[in-house]
Amino acid sequence: MIEEKIVKSIKLVKKGDQSAFEEIVEHFQGKVFAICFRMVGNKHEAEDIAQEAFIRAYINIQSYDENRKFATWLYRIATNLAIDRMRKKKPDYYLDAEIQGGEGLTLYSQIPDDNRLPEDEVESLETQSYIQKEIMALPAKYRSIIALRFIDELSLKEISEILEIPVGTVKTRIHRGREALRKKLRNV
Amino acid sequence: MNCNEEVVELMHQYLDGDLASNDEEKLRSHLNSCEDCQQHFRELKQTVALVTANIDLQPSQDFTMKVMNGLPKETKRTTVKRWVRVHPLLTAAAIFFIFMSSSLLTTWNQDHALTYPKGMNLVVENDTVIVPEGIIIHEDLEVKNGNVRVDGAVEGDVIIINGEHLTASAGSVTGEIKQVDEVFSWLWYKIKEMTAEVFDVFDE
Ligand SMILES: [Zn+2]
Repeated sequence: MIEEKIVKSIKLVKKGDQSAFEEIVEHFQGKVFAICFRMVGNKHEAEDIAQEAFIRAYINIQSYDENRKFATWLYRIATNLAIDRMRKKKPDYYLDAEIQGGEGLTLYSQIPDDNRLPEDEVESLETQSYIQKEIMALPAKYRSIIALRFIDELSLKEISEILEIPVGTVKTRIHRGREALRKKLRNV
Repeated sequence: MNCNEEVVELMHQYLDGDLASNDEEKLRSHLNSCEDCQQHFRELKQTVALVTANIDLQPSQDFTMKVMNGLPKETKRTTVKRWVRVHPLLTAAAIFFIFMSSSLLTTWNQDHALTYPKGMNLVVENDTVIVPEGIIIHEDLEVKNGNVRVDGAVEGDVIIINGEHLTASAGSVTGEIKQVDEVFSWLWYKIKEMTAEVFDVFDE
């Protein structure tokens, strides 16, 4: 089984076998990259952060507790790096902004009707870049949660551990983020 | 039920997968009777599907290679250590051949004389080395080209190369008795000893 193989590779890496790390990178690169992309919205930068995350994971592998899920530990490194990167680019008031419950979604512009995308092109690049654009319009702390929730379908508890915030906060942010996106994506 | 808040909250709980079953019933019956909430719920589910949809989000082909090249270099020690661990047989074979071509073999061929450690109060009769009664050897005893009889005591191992252990005596050996007769088994014995030392060095 692939999971067992990964566990074995991690053990080897801990013993100093650098080449065993390759398998770990192969296995997790897609998810780590996608999470970073959801957070920073730029392919080149996402790749840069994802690579850095793997290198840090390798360097700090001794501090990984094998009784816990490796993915969770790895995503935590990646999201921390992505958050740092976003902080450098944007002022804090934006990063820490709250989406008000209800109708107070002044951060978002209205979509003109002629900008609608055809319904059967859910998978199209255009649609995807539109979705990503709307995700980027959310404050950073919502983006990280949406990335973790919708790319690896992590549980609320896992997300709360990765981002070190209470489960209740995770829940509120997912709800608000979902509402905000609903208003943007309902016409897709 | 208040459409704007309570029902929407239930929808989100449902999407989070933690809606209690009696609440689920509440939500279902409300959706059956309320167009607006039905629409809202549909939109939420569509949003989740869009955001979750299998996006063509793959890193570039050389991603893994770039990561591997970016890792700090392994120290030489770890490299050797790993190599030895991964290929124990090859390592043993390599050491074996080094010994084959080295002076060890020559030493064996030239050296047929009885050899035993001096200064340990050992007694030699013909080609037999005797640990006399009352004598305690506190270390390993290695004897080449002769037999060994222990009347006293040896606290370490007794290694007899090209000879025999004569057991008719009442003495004691705390460690192992190793008898090595053939040149190759002698070599193997040396190699195993060497390899053990090599591992000891690496494990320190
Ligand atoms: Zn309603």
